[in-house]
Amino acid sequence: MGQEGLVGYPSTHLTYLPYPAHLTMLHRFAKLVAAATVILILAGSLVTSHDAGLSVPDWPTSYGWNMFTFPPSMWVANILYEHGHRLIASSVGFLTIILAVWLWLADPRGWLRWFGVAALVAVIAQGILGGITVLFFLPAAVSTAHAGLAEIFFCMTVAIALFTSPRWRAGYEDAPANPGGVDDARLRRIATAATVLVYSQILIGATMRHTGAGLAIPDFPWMFGHLVPDHWSPAIAVHFAHRVGALVVTCAILVASAYVWSHHRGRRELTRPAALLPVLVAIQVTLGALTVLSQRNPWINSFHVVCGALVLTTSLVLTLRSWRVRFANEMPQPQRVRSAQRQEHTLSVSSGVRRDGARA
Amino acid sequence: MRLRNAWVSLLGIALAVNTLACGGGQETSSKSAEPSSPSAAPSGQKVDTATAGDVKGVVNVDGALPKNDVIKMNADPVCMKEAKGPQTSEAYIVSDDGKTLGNVFVYVKDGLGNYVFDTPTETAKIDQQQCRYHPHVFGMRVNQPLEILNSDPTLHNIHAMPKSNSEFNNGQPIQGMKMTHTFDKKEVMVPFKCDVHGWMNAYVGVLDHPYFAVTDKSGAFELKSLPPGTYTIEAWHEKLGTQTASVTLGPKETKDVTFSFKASGPTATN
Repeated sequence: MGQEGLVGYPSTHLTYLPYPAHLTMLHRFAKLVAAATVILILAGSLVTSHDAGLSVPDWPTSYGWNMFTFPPSMWVANILYEHGHRLIASSVGFLTIILAVWLWLADPRGWLRWFGVAALVAVIAQGILGGITVLFFLPAAVSTAHAGLAEIFFCMTVAIALFTSPRWRAGYEDAPANPGGVDDARLRRIATAATVLVYSQILIGATMRHTGAGLAIPDFPWMFGHLVPDHWSPAIAVHFAHRVGALVVTCAILVASAYVWSHHRGRRELTRPAALLPVLVAIQVTLGALTVLSQRNPWINSFHVVCGALVLTTSLVLTLRSWRVRFANEMPQPQRVRSAQRQEHTLSVSSGVRRDGARA
Repeated sequence: MRLRNAWVSLLGIALAVNTLACGGGQETSSKSAEPSSPSAAPSGQKVDTATAGDVKGVVNVDGALPKNDVIKMNADPVCMKEAKGPQTSEAYIVSDDGKTLGNVFVYVKDGLGNYVFDTPTETAKIDQQQCRYHPHVFGMRVNQPLEILNSDPTLHNIHAMPKSNSEFNNGQPIQGMKMTHTFDKKEVMVPFKCDVHGWMNAYVGVLDHPYFAVTDKSGAFELKSLPPGTYTIEAWHEKLGTQTASVTLGPKETKDVTFSFKASGPTATN
């Protein structure tokens, strides 16, 4: 019942292995959780964009009802966004429980099992932060933390999807031009720096958003008709920082992308995110400009938030893949493999490749 | 077997969480804050009505005000049904000739010294009706009960956003629900909003004295039974800001004050 996990890639360095169906399903499920998290981030940004965060004043109940029995006839106006966000968040939380349990039972990598638990803790903490911010009337610090943790949780779901993928487990050792996987310290530094910068920029954006500074500088590309604002306030400073941050992030992404294309052109696991990143950044900058020019149109603003999250996770994928060779040395020893996976383990070892992806 | 046990445990956890989060749907009349206990009246003098005078006046508009924003209520079918006809915001309420301004809160800002006033026992009221607040601008007293009513067959939340008093946000999902609230500090103005229906907003001025008024579209106001003295009178408008005038009132005297708000900013004369 196994699936050819490496279909579509040259078999020069790797014998095609039957990829166990339950691990394939786990990987697909992890991708589903990550996709659901994108929808959750969109729903959350729609709440803020519509100023609907307090339209359901109680938590965890909704107007006194159990969240899951709140009558749909009452999902009117801004309640639709806030209550919808809560329901989608609950669904993602439930999916994350399943994912964590599934990882715990099926994956032999101890660190990944605990990473699944960490993702579950993150989504629970995220829910509690969401509740706190409602009960305390959206304090900027809590709302910003809620936004920041949302991105971290999204990164975790994407990382789990990546870690459970057949090619990650095989160590991307399928490229004839560069056997053994990419081991480039400079790439690791560049990609990691780009990811950290993108996340920092998102935090600045979240601060701007939750302190009401989104239109503190009302024109674009100029700032009060100048290259640099001619007057200042805390709101203008935060907004200005976000625009400068956009420039910095754009440069960082372009450098990372150019480096990949110039040094690792033959590595599809790197060139794919490297090709996608500049496109996403271009869309993101456009959405940011349109957010200002449209006076914060809720949908444009929300897609700006979602696109920012996609930039972050695409950069994260590039970064993690650049670190893949280091992961290989941290895999569990064969004797720790659970009984449910012994058959797969045996197959992998007999083919010269451990199930963790490193060469046996 | 192990996997099946895990799924059973998972289901159990989900049921427990659902039970913990149980709610109602039953009608509840909530109270967002207990009225603070009446404190001992500070030593101070009472107003002698025999010598008190009046301040009256009008709030004019200088220039053409912008049109009120059009409100689309189609996000809530009940609001569409309740509020018939074209809907606009209540920011600019003017006379037919456009020369006087309504919804202006006029009050004595300063000059009352150590006069003391009894807290009224009757309740101030604000109603959510036809997906609007009624009244849109009003005044009340410190520690006076405010009754908040939802007359609409749809749900509202009443969200007060004071700076000096305590913020509150209460849901009123059922038609006819009431709650009471008291503000324990003077504050001009406390904004209210409904986060469900973004167009719904109102403002209350909370004062420790009875000298306040809200203009209708004729722009007229009157502050009665003011003791002799020199006062700072302030006029507040939600869009046009504030302006002040100084008035010196003798015994049994009546003074006129005219405020004139320009579309670009206010001016005052007396």
